[in-house]
Amino acid sequence: MRRPADRPGPAPVLDEDLLPGSSETVYLEAVAAVEEETREAEPEAVRGKVGLGTWVCLGWLVLVIVLAAIAGFLPLPDPKRTGLGPVSQGFTGAHPFGLDDLGRDMLSRVIFGARVSLIVGFSSIALGLLVGGALGVVAGYYRGRIEGLIMWAMDVLLAFPALVFALAIVTFMGQSLRNVTIAIAVIAVPPIARLVRSTTLNYAQREFVLAARSLGAKNRRIIAREILPNVVVPAFSFGLIGVALAIVGEGALAFLGLSVRLPTPTWGGMIDEGRTVLQQAPHVSLVPCGVMFVTILALNYLGDTLRAHFDVREGAL
Amino acid sequence: MGLIARKLAGLIPVLLAVSALTFLLLNLLPGDPAFAILGPSATHDAVIKLHHQLGLDQPLLVRYGHWLAHVLTGNLGRSYLSSQPVLSAIKERLPVTVELVLLSQFVALLFAVPLGILAGRRPNGILDRVSTGGAFGFLAVPNFVLGVVLVYLFAVRYHLFPATGYTPLTKDPFQNLRSVMLPVITLAMAEIAAYLRLLRSDVITTLQEDYIVMAKAKGLPDRRIMLRHALRPSLFSLVTVAGLNFGRLIGGTFIVEIIFQQPGIGLLSIQSIYGRDYVVVQGTVLLIAVAYVLANFVVDVAYGLIDPRVRHATAG
Repeated sequence: MRRPADRPGPAPVLDEDLLPGSSETVYLEAVAAVEEETREAEPEAVRGKVGLGTWVCLGWLVLVIVLAAIAGFLPLPDPKRTGLGPVSQGFTGAHPFGLDDLGRDMLSRVIFGARVSLIVGFSSIALGLLVGGALGVVAGYYRGRIEGLIMWAMDVLLAFPALVFALAIVTFMGQSLRNVTIAIAVIAVPPIARLVRSTTLNYAQREFVLAARSLGAKNRRIIAREILPNVVVPAFSFGLIGVALAIVGEGALAFLGLSVRLPTPTWGGMIDEGRTVLQQAPHVSLVPCGVMFVTILALNYLGDTLRAHFDVREGAL
Repeated sequence: MGLIARKLAGLIPVLLAVSALTFLLLNLLPGDPAFAILGPSATHDAVIKLHHQLGLDQPLLVRYGHWLAHVLTGNLGRSYLSSQPVLSAIKERLPVTVELVLLSQFVALLFAVPLGILAGRRPNGILDRVSTGGAFGFLAVPNFVLGVVLVYLFAVRYHLFPATGYTPLTKDPFQNLRSVMLPVITLAMAEIAAYLRLLRSDVITTLQEDYIVMAKAKGLPDRRIMLRHALRPSLFSLVTVAGLNFGRLIGGTFIVEIIFQQPGIGLLSIQSIYGRDYVVVQGTVLLIAVAYVLANFVVDVAYGLIDPRVRHATAG
């Protein structure tokens, strides 16, 4: 790592670093536009007001997480047990979400399927935040050659089709929870690194950083005490939306039969399996579709509310 | 022009890195293509012999060099499974994917531009609330969910469009349009939502500019202000994002091609991944990544051409 000895601390952001027309500026402007828009858009999520919508979304997420966590203790049939009845019986008291074409209980499968989605969603983004966040802070704080190298590597990674990348990793490394998580984390790193870098860039030139440096703080301390606390909030609210994207990614892999091995239930896998009986029993596909939609909507909504609440404006350089 | 040349020169290391990563990704991962070809019960000798035939017994760097040299002369190798040249397989499939991408972008812009203008004209008006709310909802629908729902509604419940299959344009233009309708809608929906949000916020920003007040003061009709004065400066981020999406979508049609069985690049890649036919996967991944890098480059350059302000800033 290059410690700038001749010039203390981060280099100033020069105008030519951010030429209009470079894809970087374009990206920052796009981010700024979305931020701008977020603050004005949906009446509920406006300016971080915690309204009814927020509570409904939070409630749904808590419900899904708690049910998934205690699924083993719930009075549910085994999600893998077949032949509980005909698929055509529809929604009944004993099976509120009906049965699938093999006669497995849909409610139980949806709840157990949530485990895979949630574990992959949260842990892959946690991993992505750790790696991408570190790279972004280093790039945004130290600038210079190391920044060029990191951001260049991120650009190369971004050029790869995300899904194929994940597919290749999972196919060749084996279908396991760990490998699916790693595959999605790798995809999550570049956008997180870019976001954290631009936030860091913004804070590194603020007065309180200058003050800390004048008091003799070393780079390491400035990063830990001055930069990180400011970077964490935007990264975290972006992370919530990232979790939604990761759940979609896992769903897509499962839909292609390349997530966790069967017969472990997953939402994406259930949607795929239901396609064969779409004519006679559409609920087999549509129930997991609905659950997935509501979960992603809730995560997006909370992420937006959080961003608006903390007025995250990393693009405003 | 100096700028374009400089950016063009910057492309070369990126493309090299992309090709190296493509090659490494598929070569370092475990999984032996020899077993995919010979079957799991292959003898040790047979595997060694095949490795030699395929050149797999040589060092990695040598193989990369060979591969790159071949790629530069347009030879992407042959499929292990069908022994069809990869390039011809790609040529066969590419038009399908390009058609899906072009049509879905067209449909997305067709809906997003007027909606974005109308929504941005009166922020928090009825139309704005409905369309931004709808957009927010649609952004939460994964494309495989939307695809399945559309198949259910338009192919299973009401037999309006075929659920799967592709009719080439040259065979029957009308049937072609019908066969790509559902995949195009699936792809376009998420784009409409994203574009709508982008254009709306840009229109709102532009309408607060002084020259809009000036135009109003001059007594110009609203319609003229919107179309002549406000629209063009509001379009830049939309053009940028749409351009980038164009490159991204070439690699983003996988799921849709699978749900609707459209024989494009996505279906080819997935089938090759299932078959562990890694020469084909290499070829398609390289194609998709290069398309993305080039789209990025074109957008970068075009941005300067569309917006005079950028042109002057970079020239100075």
